[in-house]
Amino acid sequence: MLEQVTVFLENEKGRLSALTRVLADAGVNMYALTIAETSDYGLVRIVCDKPAQAVDALRSADMRAIVTKVLAVAVPNRPGGLADLLDAFEELDLNIEYGYCFSVHGDEAVDVLKVSDAPRACVALADKGYRLVDTADLA
Amino acid sequence: MKRPQDILTAPRAELEALQLEGVKKTVIKCYENVPFYHDLYDEAGFDPYAVTTLEDLQKAPFTTKQDLRDNYPFNMFAVPMEDVREIHMSSGTTGIATVGGYTEHDLDIWGDCFARGVWYADGGPQDVMHVCYGYGLFTGGLGAHYGGVKAGCTTIPMSAGNTERQIRVMREMGSTILCCTPSYAMHLADTALSMGIDPKKEFKLRVGIHGAEAFSDNFRKDLEDKIGYKVLDVYGLTETMGPGVAIECMEQNGLHLAEDHFYAEVIDPKTGEVLPDGEWGELVLTTIDREATPVVRYRTRDITRILPGECACGRTHRRIDRLHGRTDDMLIIRGVNVFPSQIEDVMKTFDQISSWYQIELTRKGHLDVVTLKVEPNPDFDFDEVRAIELLQRDMQERLKSALSVGIRVRIVEPRSIPRSEGKAVRVVDLRGDDC
Repeated sequence: MLEQVTVFLENEKGRLSALTRVLADAGVNMYALTIAETSDYGLVRIVCDKPAQAVDALRSADMRAIVTKVLAVAVPNRPGGLADLLDAFEELDLNIEYGYCFSVHGDEAVDVLKVSDAPRACVALADKGYRLVDTADLA
Repeated sequence: MKRPQDILTAPRAELEALQLEGVKKTVIKCYENVPFYHDLYDEAGFDPYAVTTLEDLQKAPFTTKQDLRDNYPFNMFAVPMEDVREIHMSSGTTGIATVGGYTEHDLDIWGDCFARGVWYADGGPQDVMHVCYGYGLFTGGLGAHYGGVKAGCTTIPMSAGNTERQIRVMREMGSTILCCTPSYAMHLADTALSMGIDPKKEFKLRVGIHGAEAFSDNFRKDLEDKIGYKVLDVYGLTETMGPGVAIECMEQNGLHLAEDHFYAEVIDPKTGEVLPDGEWGELVLTTIDREATPVVRYRTRDITRILPGECACGRTHRRIDRLHGRTDDMLIIRGVNVFPSQIEDVMKTFDQISSWYQIELTRKGHLDVVTLKVEPNPDFDFDEVRAIELLQRDMQERLKSALSVGIRVRIVEPRSIPRSEGKAVRVVDLRGDDC
C-alpha cells in the first residue's frame, strides 16, 4: 500500500501555491499531485517521498492534511495497461472511489486507486502477477 | 464573624424579605428622583407606594434599553453627580450607548457579586486572577477586577490583546483563575499550543470565569479539555451593573443569581406575562440596592429560565439556566426566528467539525441565503469528496429539521474563521438594505 497525503483546501486563489511552498520548505519531493475540485473546496492528493513529514509540515501551517493508504500497482507502460488492471477489479466486484496514473520509469507506469476493500484487492492482484508499489519503491 | 459569603446560604424567607424591602425602596427612589420613572408611573397609573408584596411589582411597567438610550447620558441617575464615582457604557453596537453610574456603594456590591465566582471555586487570597476582559468603559475588565480584589486574589489587570504576552505572563506568574470571554480563552489555548506550550502542563489555571457571550456545552468541554481547568459561566449587563448578576457554582448546573442585589422575573417576550419557574422567556431584572442607576423591571432581552429546585451546592439563591440567546441576537431568516444557540446544538452532534463557526447571511434575488461555515477536525477522514458531501448533507438535514429553515453548510479551512479578542463575531450579515 502507498501512503498518499490528502489536503483539504478552499477553492481560492493562492491556496495551492501556499501548500506547495510549505512542502518545498519541508524538503518534500512530490512524484504526483492531483486535485479533485468542487466549487467551494478541493482535495489535493499527493504522492511524495516523505508523507509523514509532509502532513506534519502542513498541519503546522494550519492546513488540514491526512495520510491515506491507497493501492498502487505497477503496470506495463503500453496501450491497454490500465484496461487490463481494471478487468481484474470487475471480477472482484470492488468499487473504485478514485484513481490516477503516473509514470516513473520508461517501461512501467504506476496506477493509484482508492478501492472499497483494499486488502482483498491486494491479494487478488498479487495472484494475477501484479506488483504493488509503496513509498520506498518510488525513491 | 459574619462573612460576605454567608448571605449565599441564607434561608429563603430571609432573602425574600430582604428583596421586598429593597424592591420597595428602589421603586420609590426611582419615582422620586428620576423624572422618567415619575412620568412613566403616573401615565401607567402605577402607585409606587402601594407595593406590599414582590408580586405587586408585576403591576409596574417595564424599562427598556430604548428608555435608557433616550435618557443618555445622565437622566436615569437617581443620585447627585457628586456621589458618582465611576461610569461605564455598553458597547453601543446597535445604536446609542447606555450608561451605568456607580457610587462607592455600587462599586462595592459589584465587587461582592463578581467575587462570588471566586468563592464558588473555594478561591481567595491564595489565587492569582488573570483578567483579560477589556478594561475601560466595557464592564468586563473592571467588574472582574473588583471581584478579584474583593475576594483577596492577586489580581493582574492584563486587559485584552497581545495574546503571546498574555500567555507568557500567565505561565510566569502562575495565574490560577482566568477571566475573559470564552472565545478568547479558546484563542489563548490554541495560541499557546501553537507556541509549543501545553496549557495543561505549563499553566496553573484551575478555574475560568467566562461570560459576555453565549457558549455551548460542547465548547465548554473543548475548552476544559485543552486547558485542564473548570469553566464557570458568568452573566451580567451594564444596564444593571456588569458581570456578576449571576455566576455558576462548581456544580455547573445553572447560574446563581445574586438575589440579595437583584430581583429576577422571567416573562413571555410577546405578552409581557410573568412565566412560572422552568419556562423559557426573557429575563427581567430589578435592582435591590443600586444607588446611582437603579432600574425597575429592566427587560434584558436575554432568553433564559429560572431553574426549579435547589442546587446541590446548598446555596439558596435561585439559578437561571445558561443563556439561550438574546432576543436581539435572534436572526429572522425568511420569517423564521433562529437563535445561534440552536445551530450550536446541532453542530455539537457532529464530531467531524470543531466548535468554531460563522453564519453568513446573503441575499439572492429576494431570498435570504444562510451559509454556516465550519472547520473540519484533525481526525476527520475527508479523503473522499463523498465523505465531505455526506457531512454537509447530514448537517443540512439536521439543521433544517431543527430550525425549519434551509441552511447551506460550507466546510472551510482550519483557522480561516476569524478568532476575535473581544466578543466572537458569529453572524456576518451581508444582506444590506437594498432589497
